[in-house]
Amino acid sequence: MWTTKTFLTKTKRGNIIKIVREHYLRDDLLCGSAACNTCPHRDDELVLDSKPESICALFDYPHYLILDTNVVLHQIDVLEEDALQNVIILQTVLEEVKHQNTAIFQRLLEVIGNRKRKFFSFVNEHHKDTYVERNPGEKANDRNDRAIRKASAWYESHLSINGAVGQSPKVVLLTDDENNRKLAQEEGIVCCSVKDYVENVTNFVGLIDKLSKNVIPESVAKDALYPAHLTPAQIHTGVRNGKLHQGTFRASRYNFLEGTASVNGYEKPILLQGHIGINRAVDGDSVAIEIFPEEEWRRPSDIVLEDKADDPGDLLEEEGVLLSTAKPVDKSDDEITPTGKVVGIIRRKWRQYCGILMPSQLPGATRHLFTPAEKCIPRVRIETRQSHVLASQRILVALDSWPRNSRYPLGHFVRALGPIGDKDAENEVILLEHDVPHARFSEAVLSCLPPDDWTIPDEEIKKRVDLRSEIICSVDPPGCTDIDDALHAKTIPGQTADGLDKYEVGVHIADVTYFVRPNTALDKEAASRSTTVYLVDRRIDMVPELLSSNLCSLRGGEERLAFSCVWEIDENANILNTKFHKSVIKSASAMTYEEAQIAIDDKSRKDKIVSSLRILNALAKKLKKKRLDNGALLLASPEIRFQVDSETHDPVEVEAKKIMDTNSMVEEFMLLANTSVAQRLAAEFPQSALLRRHPAPPPANFAAFLKAAKQQGFELDVSTNKSFSASLDKAVIPGRPFFNTLLRIMATRCMQQAQYFSSGTKAFEEYYHYGLACPIYTHFTSPIRRYADVIVHRLLAASIGCDATHAELLDTRAANALCDNLNYRHRQAQYAGRASVALNTHILFNQRVEIDAAVVLSVKRNALQVLIPKYGLEGPLYLPSDKFIYNEEEHTQTCDAVVLKTFDELTVRLSLDSTNLQHRKLLIQLVKPHIPGFSYEEGQEQTDKQTKAQAMEVIEIEDDTPEVKDPKKRKEKPVHKGNKKKSKK
Amino acid sequence: MPGPDLLSSQGLRLDGRRPNELRRIRCKLGVFAQPDGSAYLEQGNTKVLAAVYGPHQASKSKSLQDGVVVNCQYSMATFSTGERKNHPRGDRKSQEMSMHLRQALTAAIKTELYPRSQIDIYVEVLQADGGAYCASVNAATLALIDAGIPLRAYACACSASMAWRNGQPEPLLDVGHVEEAAGGVVLTVASLPSTGSIGLIEMSHRLHMDYFDVVLSRAMQGCKDIEVILDRAVREHLAEGWTKQDVVVI
Ligand SMILES: [Zn+2]
Repeated sequence: MWTTKTFLTKTKRGNIIKIVREHYLRDDLLCGSAACNTCPHRDDELVLDSKPESICALFDYPHYLILDTNVVLHQIDVLEEDALQNVIILQTVLEEVKHQNTAIFQRLLEVIGNRKRKFFSFVNEHHKDTYVERNPGEKANDRNDRAIRKASAWYESHLSINGAVGQSPKVVLLTDDENNRKLAQEEGIVCCSVKDYVENVTNFVGLIDKLSKNVIPESVAKDALYPAHLTPAQIHTGVRNGKLHQGTFRASRYNFLEGTASVNGYEKPILLQGHIGINRAVDGDSVAIEIFPEEEWRRPSDIVLEDKADDPGDLLEEEGVLLSTAKPVDKSDDEITPTGKVVGIIRRKWRQYCGILMPSQLPGATRHLFTPAEKCIPRVRIETRQSHVLASQRILVALDSWPRNSRYPLGHFVRALGPIGDKDAENEVILLEHDVPHARFSEAVLSCLPPDDWTIPDEEIKKRVDLRSEIICSVDPPGCTDIDDALHAKTIPGQTADGLDKYEVGVHIADVTYFVRPNTALDKEAASRSTTVYLVDRRIDMVPELLSSNLCSLRGGEERLAFSCVWEIDENANILNTKFHKSVIKSASAMTYEEAQIAIDDKSRKDKIVSSLRILNALAKKLKKKRLDNGALLLASPEIRFQVDSETHDPVEVEAKKIMDTNSMVEEFMLLANTSVAQRLAAEFPQSALLRRHPAPPPANFAAFLKAAKQQGFELDVSTNKSFSASLDKAVIPGRPFFNTLLRIMATRCMQQAQYFSSGTKAFEEYYHYGLACPIYTHFTSPIRRYADVIVHRLLAASIGCDATHAELLDTRAANALCDNLNYRHRQAQYAGRASVALNTHILFNQRVEIDAAVVLSVKRNALQVLIPKYGLEGPLYLPSDKFIYNEEEHTQTCDAVVLKTFDELTVRLSLDSTNLQHRKLLIQLVKPHIPGFSYEEGQEQTDKQTKAQAMEVIEIEDDTPEVKDPKKRKEKPVHKGNKKKSKK
Repeated sequence: MPGPDLLSSQGLRLDGRRPNELRRIRCKLGVFAQPDGSAYLEQGNTKVLAAVYGPHQASKSKSLQDGVVVNCQYSMATFSTGERKNHPRGDRKSQEMSMHLRQALTAAIKTELYPRSQIDIYVEVLQADGGAYCASVNAATLALIDAGIPLRAYACACSASMAWRNGQPEPLLDVGHVEEAAGGVVLTVASLPSTGSIGLIEMSHRLHMDYFDVVLSRAMQGCKDIEVILDRAVREHLAEGWTKQDVVVI
């Protein structure tokens, strides 16, 4: 049935060793064609049509397409279009693609998996008639090309064996390799370049726009603007002997001709300047760098430089401006940074970018420039014949190549997202730019759901603790439809040994894992999404709505499955014992924070719900006090809520979120449940418990914050979270109630990001949660909207014996990979949420101008970062350098008698600056204190200076943030989210 | 999915086999004249020689009243792996393997027939490419038959591992070195397929309970397949007539 062949490979592992591998060749592999009657196909294995319809004018007979590796790698966007069908993907190609680019490999698998597309993967490497052995001295690439040609020839003859002459489908090989085409023609194989083929495809408008631009080899020097990149082999030797360094390129957000790359062995990131110094590296690329001798090192320029608005063609310029300002003034200047240039690209990290088209001014032109929304990405040249349509759209573009003779990288149009300014299109941009999976749930996922009218089966009730008679209620923000927690509390008879009253308190969490079973399509989708993403006017669910807003949501008056954590607590909030069990509950009432607060305060109400709320409230206060005494930090972040128009979904008003006692009541018990569960899991699963840690921030994070506090007369002790918390409590200025909150807001920004991890990957001391001051913590309470909680539920269920474990659950490696994804998605979800807030702020201020009070959060070289407490908004207030003198030591900006420093209270005017459609921003202008010629005055026209100031961005001051490496991290204001935070609308 | 990709989307393994296929097995009995029985066996690129002496009188210290003493020695040739081995025999690994071999083979030999006697089995791994233990058991069985020692049944050994295809678990039969090195769990079973009894089970890593049964039954199926191959080899060997060592008369 099979035969064997062995072949030799050499590999390096210190020594060169010979590896002999078996390679079985088979005769039972299928060709997948309906035109074949020799292979023993089952019906569902016939992928290719017997008479494939030709869509290409060049080949007007039925044919199948065979692609070579580079065609797949470069033209995946063309393949994803619904145009090409009846395509054979050879295993040779599949493996090469997998090896070279996993993202494209996944996309290709998706296309192959879609039966409508009729893509067949043929295992030519194990077929007895198509396997080719590598000849001595033959390059791997050449062998693969030969294998592809051999398979093409085999298909041609295999199909013609039993078909009538001229009846059987032909095979057309698509390859952009000229040499390969020549060889193929000699062997009698029909072949064609992708460009020729696609340009002659009829009936598919726009397919041609998706065509990736052909890559011109580096060696071609004609009209070259840029120096050639080194070859991979040259880079490899260079890095090995220390002449070159490897790093990730980060473009500057302020100056398109500047970037940095952090490399090993240098404390500061290496400065890369000018077209030649950057040499076609794009933000995120892994690059090889040559570092200049020390006398050529420069200072990062502090000018803002944007690429010109018009298309200069393929010319380089502006170097002079940049380089003259960056020349070091004297050698001892401590801003002098190691400087170098990019000499090669190790790996491109290109993705698809959202942005807008800047149509060429020439009538009928097909070459246009594209400006990405992400400022770190250069503009891209694309070809399209639909520029008139696309000019008013947000579009998605993929990068293809950056030849030496092109000023801009070349790319191609992928798809339009919608009109600029359109709410849906802008939301789509936010989701795409933050890599938030937001497609509709697939059929496979939906098929995992129970029917709409599902009710709890009786046998399930029998397995569980029946809590339907308990008075349980939920307390959430108004309008919340995914209620994942509910509470109950009651006094229990008897007293503790110390004579204290005893209470039973239960936290009941939606039993999502009853519906989301391991390894189902639903489970995988939820794992990949990791979290529900909340935009201001849209929620992107982690699980389908039937679960998130109905069957799992613990609505009032409905029977629901829950996972309960029940404690016996004495009146001093000491836990006497903890029980976990699955249960059935029936929530007596789903309240908002406000309703619960009113009920508690209403002395006349004495029903069971209220008495249970009062017990909870009293206990929560004691729990909170204990927590704070332990050193937990009370941090603040300015949170805002948009009131959204019910029809247009446009924001009509914005307000700071109100915090009531009941918010904190719910939060305390969630924290308690999370901690209790974490302790249990860590004990049961020392290798694979999913926990959450919050590392202590490095002291350097506090530098600017401490300086600012000192100016206000407060010495804060940040040595431990306990001392920090205590000194924050003491930092109160009578008469300025907001000052303390402001301090806490700023303290939040000094924090590290909390992260998920698997217990097997860290030492026990590292489990510590700095913000909550507890030695161990996890997330258990929101399984509807966080996948971490789903895993925690499964682990807990296994530990109490009410559900079976499954393999991945106990695998440290799998758990670790999962945590990486969770952390990534959570961060992206946060950024997406903030971007959505910014978008809605802009929409809100579209029609209005306001004068409001503001506070200075920090002082920058050319601006003040201010917070408008009324809206919780913050933004820069630009200060022109010819009026203001910046004091680096004291962090102040002075203009005549006016000194501006952190914590100062100002009055500002808010309006929207729409000069740049892509980057609309809130314009903040100073009103008070009054500075003649600068402050905004009623009826005043904008002066030149102010317009200039608008064009600038905040420039961070280097000594403040010594480890600022990439602009993205700068955005990453760590928000402490250890505690429960619902940003639901 | 946990673990590496051992199965392609078309359901083939790295070397082109399907999940339930053994590697190519080639074997020959009676390859040496000197020992009482010998055999050579290839399982893919794993190549093993086995030689049997006995039964002969046991040394006094070892001898048993009620049965034969089975003495096994497992060793690996210095040239058997990619990097040369410094300690071909006597190291901990070899000792462990020797014990495991004895356990599997003792189960097959009708030990009660030869009280106060001893059988010596020597196995040398000439080339190791995964599953050396399995090949050793299979080769030793052939050598025992060649030596004419009465067996209850063929002792066969086979390994199995776990892979995933389209999210479904799929056990892999007869694990090669590449698959072993990829880090998946390897379950090794030595059994007497015709009686269904198991002489030895060994696992390289933890395997979740959910999968144990499927992996085990796949390995057991492998033992049965191997038994068929060994049986055919024995019959062919006998059909060839008397072997040289029998013809030579002292
Ligand atoms: Zn066929």
